[in-house]
Parts: sequence; C-alpha cells; structure tokens
Amino acid sequence: MSTTPENDFRSILATDCGSTTTKAILIQKIDGVYRQTYRGEAPTTVEAPFEDVTRGVLNAAQEIGELMGRKIVRDDGSGIITPEKESEGVDIYISTSSAGGGLQVVVAGVVRSMTTESAMRAALGSGAIVMDAFSTNDKRPPHEQIEKIRQLRPDMILLAGGVDGGTEKHVIALAERICAAQPRTRLGGDFNLPIIFAGNKQVREPVSKLLEDICALEIVDNVRPVMEKENLAPARDKIHDLFMEHVMAQAPGYGKLMKWVSTPIMPTPGAVGQIMKTIAEQRKINILGVDIGGATTDVFSVFDSIFNRTVSANLGMSYSVSNVLAEAGLAHVLRWIPFRIDAKALRNRIGNKMIRPTTIPQTLEELQVEQAIAREALRLAFIQHKTFAVGLKGVQKQRGIADAFAQEGSDTIVQMMNLDLIVGSGGVLSHAPRRAQTMRMLIDAYQPEGYTEIAVDSIFMMPHLGVLSTIHLQAATDVFEKDCLVYLGSCIAPIGDFDEKSPLLKLHLTLPQEPEIEEILSFGELYFWSLAEGQEANVRITPLQNKLDLGNGPAQPISLKAKGGKVGLVIDTRGRPIRFPHNPEIRTQTLYKWCSSMDEYPEGER
Amino acid sequence: MAIFTPGLKVSDRTLLVKTRRLPLKGEVLVQKGQRVKAFDIIAKTELPGKIYPINIANQLGVPASRLKEAMLKDIGDRIVEGELIAQTKGFMGLFRSESHALVSGTIQSISPISGEVIIQANPIPVVMDAYVDGLVVDVLENEGCSIQTSACLVQGIFGLGGEVQAPLQMGVQSAGQTLDASQILDNMKGHIVVAGAFVTKEAVQKAIDVGAKAIITGGFDYNDIKDLLGYEVGVAITGSEEIGISIMVTEGFGEIAMAPKSFSLLKKYDGYQASLNGSTQIRAGVIRPEVIITHTEDDLPKERWNPPEPKGIQLGDRVRGIRSPYFGKLGFVHALPISLETMPSETKVRVLEIQFDDGTIATVPRANVESIEE
Repeated sequence: MSTTPENDFRSILATDCGSTTTKAILIQKIDGVYRQTYRGEAPTTVEAPFEDVTRGVLNAAQEIGELMGRKIVRDDGSGIITPEKESEGVDIYISTSSAGGGLQVVVAGVVRSMTTESAMRAALGSGAIVMDAFSTNDKRPPHEQIEKIRQLRPDMILLAGGVDGGTEKHVIALAERICAAQPRTRLGGDFNLPIIFAGNKQVREPVSKLLEDICALEIVDNVRPVMEKENLAPARDKIHDLFMEHVMAQAPGYGKLMKWVSTPIMPTPGAVGQIMKTIAEQRKINILGVDIGGATTDVFSVFDSIFNRTVSANLGMSYSVSNVLAEAGLAHVLRWIPFRIDAKALRNRIGNKMIRPTTIPQTLEELQVEQAIAREALRLAFIQHKTFAVGLKGVQKQRGIADAFAQEGSDTIVQMMNLDLIVGSGGVLSHAPRRAQTMRMLIDAYQPEGYTEIAVDSIFMMPHLGVLSTIHLQAATDVFEKDCLVYLGSCIAPIGDFDEKSPLLKLHLTLPQEPEIEEILSFGELYFWSLAEGQEANVRITPLQNKLDLGNGPAQPISLKAKGGKVGLVIDTRGRPIRFPHNPEIRTQTLYKWCSSMDEYPEGER
Repeated sequence: MAIFTPGLKVSDRTLLVKTRRLPLKGEVLVQKGQRVKAFDIIAKTELPGKIYPINIANQLGVPASRLKEAMLKDIGDRIVEGELIAQTKGFMGLFRSESHALVSGTIQSISPISGEVIIQANPIPVVMDAYVDGLVVDVLENEGCSIQTSACLVQGIFGLGGEVQAPLQMGVQSAGQTLDASQILDNMKGHIVVAGAFVTKEAVQKAIDVGAKAIITGGFDYNDIKDLLGYEVGVAITGSEEIGISIMVTEGFGEIAMAPKSFSLLKKYDGYQASLNGSTQIRAGVIRPEVIITHTEDDLPKERWNPPEPKGIQLGDRVRGIRSPYFGKLGFVHALPISLETMPSETKVRVLEIQFDDGTIATVPRANVESIEE
C-alpha cells in the first residue's frame, strides 16, 4: 500500500504486541491533521492459558472503543471492524509485535569484523535480536561453534561470507558446520528452519547442496558484494518476509492477526527504526534514539544518513536489571544515587526487582535507585552501539601517523558533537513522574556534547508510528511531531581539558521577555533555566579556557538559538566524561545539588 | 471486582499436572492410565553426540579435492577413538601421513572443498523419571507424558539447580530463624533441608559437604549466589546450575521470614518424601521453583484436570507486599479503589489498601502485591 490520495484514512487503529503488554492507540484525522486520540492496553496473550495473541489485541482495542463510545471490535470477537462506518469501526488496522521474545536470528560470516558484521547489521536493521554471531576467525573452535548452533533455537539463520568472487572455502566450511549442527527452530513444529544465504554468489550451488535438505533455504544478494560496500536491503527484506511467513504464522494466534491487519506486521524494533530514519531524513538531522525496556535496550542512530541499530539483549529495567548491576559494577550504579545506601542492601533490592519485575517504585528512594540503574543500562547499551556503529572495516584507507596510534573503536560514526536530537522511549523514561528526571537521565547517560535537543516518546507509540509510516507517511509524521514527541529542551555542554578551579564559560543568555543575563559559569554545575515548548533563547557562550570546545573548536565562542521544551535549557559544566567527587559524602551532596538545580524531586523528600 | 497480579501457590492439597517432556524425541515407556512412582523411568532418548570437524586435508598435507582418496573410512562408517581413518600413499610407501580418530563415533561428512571431516561422537543415552507419584493422563507421542497427582504444593520465587527427590528435614523451628552452618548435621545427607528467614553461605556450603540434596529458605543473600556459582545471575533463568545442591527461595533476597503458611506446611510434612525443582524462569512463560509432596493415598480423576482460570485478587484475599516499604508484609485486601493515586515517588498508579496482620492499613500499588493462592 502506498501513500496516495485514496489512502485518506479518517481513523487508524495501531497495536504493538509486546512481551507483556499489548498497547493500542487510535489515530484520527481532526481538521485535516492526524492526531493520536485514545489509547488502551491489555496483557499480551501469547502464553497459556489463552495462547492467542488476538485476545490481548481485542481487549486493548475494546478499551479504546469504550473510551470513545464507539464499537470497533466485532461482536463475535472475530476481528476489528474496518472500514469506518457511521457509528462504528476504523478505516485501517495495523500492528507491530515483539511478543514471545521477538525475532531471534543467528548470523554467520567469514571474518568477524567484515562480513559477519555486515550480516549483523542486516539482521539488526530488520528488527531482530542477534542471538549469536559465528565467524571462521571466531575464538571458539569449530566443534564449540557447532555445539552452540545446535543449542540455540533461532527463528532463522543469516549466512553471509566472502565478497562476490572472494573466498569459497571458508564460506563452505561455515555451511558445513551449520549442516552438521542440524539446527532446529525455536517454535518447533514440523517446518524447517529458514536459512538465508547472503554471501559470495560464486558458492550458491555448493551451499544449496549442503543446506537445502536440512532447512528452508533462501538465497539473496550478497550483503557485502565488495569490500567497500554493503548491500543490506535484500537480506533485510527477506528476513522480514520470513518473519511473516514462518515465524509469525507459527506463533499462537498470529495467523488470525495477519489476516486482520492492512499491512504486514512489523517486528517492534524494526518499526521504531523506521520512524527514526524517517524523522532524520525529513529534518536532515543526526538522531540518537533509545527504547529501554524490561529485558532489552534498543539503540538507534542516524548519523550523516547512515542508520544503525543495536539491541542489548540483557540490559533492561526489570527482567535483566541484575545484569545491569553485574555489567556496570556497583560503584557505577552507586555514583548516581543521591543518598547513602548500604551496598549489600542495594544488591538485594535490585535482585528483588529482577524476580518481581512488574513492581513499581512506591517510595522516592526506590525511584531514585531505578533511575540510577537506568542511567547505567542506557550508558552500557550506548557503548555497545558506538562499537558497532562504525565505518566498513576491511576497506583500504590512506592513514596518517596519528591513525596508527588511534585506539580501536575510535572510528565510530557516532560523534556526539554532531548529534542534533536525542529521543528516549520506554517505561522508565516515558513514565518518569517528572520530565526533568527523564532529561537528567538522558543527559547523564549519553553525555551530549555541544548543543543537543532532547525529547521523549510521550506514551510509547513509536512502534505504531513506524509501521504507519510505511503506508501513510503524513499521518505518522503528524502524530510523531504533535503527540508522540515531547520536547524536553536543550543541553549545552563544553568538552575538553578543564581547569576545575578557574571560571569556565562566559554566558550571555536572553530568554523570551526577559533582560539579557550575563553570567560566569564554573565547573561541576548543572545550570538550568525554564524555557517553555515552542520558545527559543538566544545563547552566546565564550570559553574562558583555551582547551574548551563547544562545537566551534577550542576556545571558540558559540551563538545559537536554544529550543525550549517541557523542562528547559541546561548548561552542563560537569565535564565529559562527567567528573564525580571521590568522597562519598561530598558526592552525595553534589548529586543533591544537581537534582535540586533542575527541580527533579519533591521538595523536602530528596 | 478483581485485579490480576502474579501470585505464588501455597496449598496443602491441590490437583497438579506435571508435563514431562524429553529434550529430544525418543521413546515413551508408560501408557495413559498407568500409575507411576516418582523414581520410575517414563521415557528415554539418545542425545546426539558432539560434532567434531577436523581438517584432515590439512593434517595430511593434501589438497581438499584429493582428501577422499586418502580416507580409509567413508560417510556413515563407525570409527573408534585412535583408529587410523586416513592415510596418504606417501612416496614409494614411505613418508606417509596419517590421521587417527580423536573420538569414537560416525563419519558424517567429508568435504572436498574445505577439507574438513565431520565426526559425530556416539550418542548419549538419557532417561527421564516421573518426578512425582501419580497417574499418567496424557501421553505425548515420542516426547513424554503428563502426570496427574494430588499434592501439597509450595511455590518459591527464585531457585537454583534442578530436580531432586528426597525427604524433608526441618533445619530450624520457626519461620523467622536463620539456618547457619552449626545447624547443618551429618544426618541431613540425602535430605531437603528447611530454613526459616535466611540461610548463610557457610550453611549452604556445609550442606553441600554433608550431601544434602536441597535447601528451602525464606530469604537468601544475592551476593552469595555469585560466591556459590562463580558468576552473577543477571537474568532469572536458572535450573541448570551444578553446585551439588538445589535451592528454593520462597520470599526473596535479604533476610525475610518465610510466609507462615509455607513454613507450617513444610513442617507438617517433615520427614515426607518430596520432589523439588529449583528451575526458575521469570520471563513470559514463567516457571517457579517448587516443592511437591504427593498424597499417594488420594483417588485421582482419570481424565486430565484443567486448573480454573485465575480469579485475580479480590476483597478479603490474602496478599503479601513484594516491594519496599512493605516488602514481605502479609495482610488482607481491605479496599480496591478505582482512581489513580499519587505515591510518595509521585508515580500515579492503581492501588489497593491492605490491612496488615498488625492491624495497620496501607495504600500500595497493585503491582506491588502478590496473591497467596490456595
């Protein structure tokens, strides 16, 4: 379906079938503009005793129907009423899904940093979780690889390897290992595991001979036809087709759901990536997006039109919260907590959240602990993202002497100074009691440099809008701008070597209807001014130290119009990376000061 | 009006259906309607042996395309560890290169492209027992069966280790007591030991040393898991740990008195044979650790019993707080207000009022209570 005048929908029902909750939103055309009007949610029903995803969908849709006083579910529960008639129904119904663990893919390639990485990018770009990545230069010996392939029960395998006309032997060896492992599908049943071959086209025939009897083999163009170029779209599209044909069709109730929808069901992260790409393209900006969930954290970025997505499968706020503690280390979590807490008690508290993942913080202390962990989950997932979002490896480049000493990983295309907008999504960000808390979490975790705008997904509707953008770009864009994206404000942060004891910056700030403020800014502060949504402030900042950079180079001043939002304007002089006092007592006081500066928590409760 | 929150089942007498499934298809040894004992073998299978890809072309120093000529064994042939499986002709019968089998198994493939020979080691036989006494009510062809039983069931919240079957033995006398190393005795060998509010790491270690099969405790220190396993449990998916003992935690991490009903049931069945599984999966398709004491004297319905759909929490139901500041406190549902309430954290949530056992009433997010199901 394309965006044509005949797609002039009056109402659109969109659902996202998550692992635990099915979220429905209604979008209606009001005075020529699409707006999100109602929302409903219900527990997802892919597990026993219901084992039919449509039950949850109908329950969530029913809630919307009740709220708007309109019938949108058929009386016999056989689907959504489409198209819209006088007193009932909606024009179209669309959906995304991550229920039952989402789309799980194993990838393989010849060299880890080359074709395997291209295969990973293709799988991640389609919205998959990469369960494991195998390479011929893997550290694991072949028998361990085979054992692992056998243990994993993916939804499909993406086999890449070799540029066209390149190595044959290594690609065949990979296919032989997969053949030997006789991999089985996650959902069981009698259908064969789909394997997509997207490697050296010279070996299609021997690969087919090896694999066609043990799997449902699909052959697509090479993900890396030449060293200098990736060609991810054919593999990505095939993953999506197979997701629909094999995986979704096997999941409980999805056969029915697939008939109800007006456009193919998209994997949730694929849909979120779609909306991120669309916004970056339309506004010609660099975006960093995050969706922090209970089990996983997805990071999306578009820098210079290059899209990257990573999923950190065990960094989340509930099911995998203890893993965040394990990976970050206690000290890293503690550094964000603005009160003294016993380390053992904190560990047990986090452990209890892991085993009772649906609980919510009742006390302020509990909230602050969760927000401290969120910062670390976001930070760790971002490190993984930066490591992955790099230029193509294996490409011959002219290198200077400085490059020879550059550290590995420094070639990431995620350059914070070039970032225009951070978009946060997921419960801990979207549902924080105060938006200032969301803004602080995003600033602390990502540590933006120079000037950066910050926004949050109001009620978690990016997946819905992602799938909508594939059939009605205007509707998706309208809702994204007006109802989904809540602008929190802007952050300005200098980078460079600070002399902590000397004045840092000279600020000239003109807020709307206010006289100009002239102020000398010192190290280690979060300076904050209220600046409402839709308003702008004129900012001129002059570094007072030679090594400070605000985006125009060391010691160069900047002048810009800072955008406002639900929170306001922040100038962050805490350094990059943020420097914390070593003394726990002083650190707690400093954290308290930072919280106070942005009025993050109730007075007297901090 | 009812609300739906997760709950743990603690019941003196309930019907249960345990589905026993082989890891791979195999042979089911029981029939529908057959009575089985917990130790009876009900199904068996063979797990395929490990796969060993060996680049024999490289070993012999021949091109992959000529490997087949050097092979003394063909695809499908069985080989024994140490056996000569490939040999070059050499020069005038001299300077021959040889390759010997690293493992016993079967030759699965010989690649003329990569030069790898794939050997599959001999299969590993696996048997599965019934786990509980009961009646076979369903046979899953080639996969396993469902066993129905009448039993006392106590579910826990988190566990480590897999299935064990052993008699229960009280390690403490009250639900609030800690089980320390001095209370672990030699006669606990082969038993499931019941602690109260806490078990120390040293006690767990001593229980392993004396040969106890499992420990049931109200609380456990999250740090101690790392010390026991050598790694942190970052995601609550457990059951395959091999530490020489299984552990079931009924309440959570920290020192928390075991819920009185759970403790009194375990005390009631002191000395009885029990089946315990520490496996936990806190994700969709939740699996809770459990201890089951079957009532072998009960008549069992011949047809499979389907548990009723959960009713959810209703006024007057027994619940426990599962998050600070009411963690571990027991009470009854006193009211179920409809409107959203603002918590001290400023989070706006659906709530319920609990009358705790000490008579106090508190407003708690609905997500922060757990029903204690009969």
